[in-house]
Amino acid sequence: MAAEVEALAVDTVVLGGDTVIGTERPGHRARIWKNVAWYVFLGLLSLVVLFPIWMTLVRALSTPIAYINAGQPIRPVDIEWDVFQRAWTEGDLARHFAISGVVTAIITGAQVITSVLAAYAFAFLWFPFKRAVFALFMATLMLPIEVTLLVNAVTIRNLGWLDSLQGLTAPFLASAFGVFLVRQGFLGIPQDLRDAAELDGLGHLGFLRKVAIPVTKPIVASFTLVAFLAAWNQYTWPRVVTTQQDWETVQIALKGLAARNIDQLNIGFAAAIIAAVPILILLLAFQKHLVRGLTAGAVKG
Amino acid sequence: MRRGRAKESFLALGFLAPSLIVFGLFAFYPIIRIFYWGLYQQNRLGTEMRWIGLSQYKDVLTGDDFLQGLYTTLWYVAYTVPAGLVLGVLLALAAHRRLKGIKVFHTIFSSTVATSVAVASVIWLVLINPTQGYFEVTWLQNPTHGIGGAIFGVSLSSIWQNLGLTFIIVLAGLQAVPDELMEAATIDGMSATRRFFTVTLPLLTPTLLFLVVVLTVFAFQGFAQIDILTSGGPAGSTETLVYKIFQHQAPSDLGVGSVMAVGLFLITFVVAFGQFTILERRVHYGR
Repeated sequence: MAAEVEALAVDTVVLGGDTVIGTERPGHRARIWKNVAWYVFLGLLSLVVLFPIWMTLVRALSTPIAYINAGQPIRPVDIEWDVFQRAWTEGDLARHFAISGVVTAIITGAQVITSVLAAYAFAFLWFPFKRAVFALFMATLMLPIEVTLLVNAVTIRNLGWLDSLQGLTAPFLASAFGVFLVRQGFLGIPQDLRDAAELDGLGHLGFLRKVAIPVTKPIVASFTLVAFLAAWNQYTWPRVVTTQQDWETVQIALKGLAARNIDQLNIGFAAAIIAAVPILILLLAFQKHLVRGLTAGAVKG
Repeated sequence: MRRGRAKESFLALGFLAPSLIVFGLFAFYPIIRIFYWGLYQQNRLGTEMRWIGLSQYKDVLTGDDFLQGLYTTLWYVAYTVPAGLVLGVLLALAAHRRLKGIKVFHTIFSSTVATSVAVASVIWLVLINPTQGYFEVTWLQNPTHGIGGAIFGVSLSSIWQNLGLTFIIVLAGLQAVPDELMEAATIDGMSATRRFFTVTLPLLTPTLLFLVVVLTVFAFQGFAQIDILTSGGPAGSTETLVYKIFQHQAPSDLGVGSVMAVGLFLITFVVAFGQFTILERRVHYGR
């Protein structure tokens, strides 16, 4: 809320600045040229940042052999517009997308629920050894999946969960980062609201449902996006617990597609672009929430 | 009062149980297990374990395999962390200004956030694949660790992929610098360069520290980029610690792999501890 007010304030300042520019005054022209120079510079930087993506598009659209023969230009050669369709069918992307989608949905949903519940306990409930338990939760932040990889892989194998949704999701159904973030949000709920809820006779469940969650919605939304991003982009764990191609998530399937013969490589490149689309849509649609989630802990306030 | 507390504790237990079960099974149990497995040697099928004690820790942690993995990982850190940080800061500084349509540039500079490590790796195959990459370089076939070697090539892909996140975080840091401070510095007649070093940089330091930790942790965990771009090759020159652990999944290798995982744990612990200290400080003194 405060941030939005601040943003409004900044906008007003900018508008004020514009009206000043509108009136003739010395330095006006110099300022315009300075702005033009910045646009050019930023434009060039954009080209550099986007160049790898552009070249991937070029390689995906070009007929592989014709492209090599043409001396690898920076524009597509002999365009095959159906390459995305072919990547979708030949790469069996429908299946890999379905697996990634279900896995991501399970992980994201579970992390949000388990984090909200645990965060509520840490923020509003009394229980013995609270500080120790919280420290224990936060300690898992220092335990990357790579360290526990070997044991967890054996656990999953022993449970018979290789190549299954359980195997792909089980270790990620809770998140210490989520608990931390949502707890911070809960702790920010004003005492007045809690008192009012108590007067209304709301129990803990009612308070959680009717006050705590609605009030911290932006934080929960930001966490949801970050959790989704992380789950969709996962690589190491699904690589370890999938042995059959049928169970590969999109990310893992990309490895196989990118290792194809030279005359079929455009399929792999097209698949990489398709794999990035869901996240790209998310980024464009929820930029503000996503940025807030990604910067949580990095910037004060 | 007492009854109320007991009731609340039960409710808390219920709320904590789902997370506790997951953490217990996939975080606390394995970290204990991994230390324990390091004390044993497995037979080829992994059906029998023989106690060999701490000697395995000594052998593995001072052995060539682990040290090579650590050495390669450190090169990877050295390539990706400083470059990623500097480029992210430069992009953010360039894009942190009042221009019409600046949001478009913000979106473009954040765009690599949309690429996963796997997608970024495939994208970089387009550019630096030894046989038909756009740049016609053979970096990924060169087993040296220096510039122009395989781990350098892998690093380029990571630096590019991290740009979006670094940019977003630094930009948020810049936007948190109070306008009044900058205006006061301008009125005092400070040049843009001096303003950056005397006003912006000190306020940005916590953000940069946080980023150093994040990028370092990323580098220590890097796997997909190596799996896709080089599969650890050529001549094992891109086998980072995580890649080596990944290679020790066979039942007979679990003892050695466990010790390596303990080594990685101790290293990331130090790094992550830094992260937590920074995070904690921010929470307490932040506002």
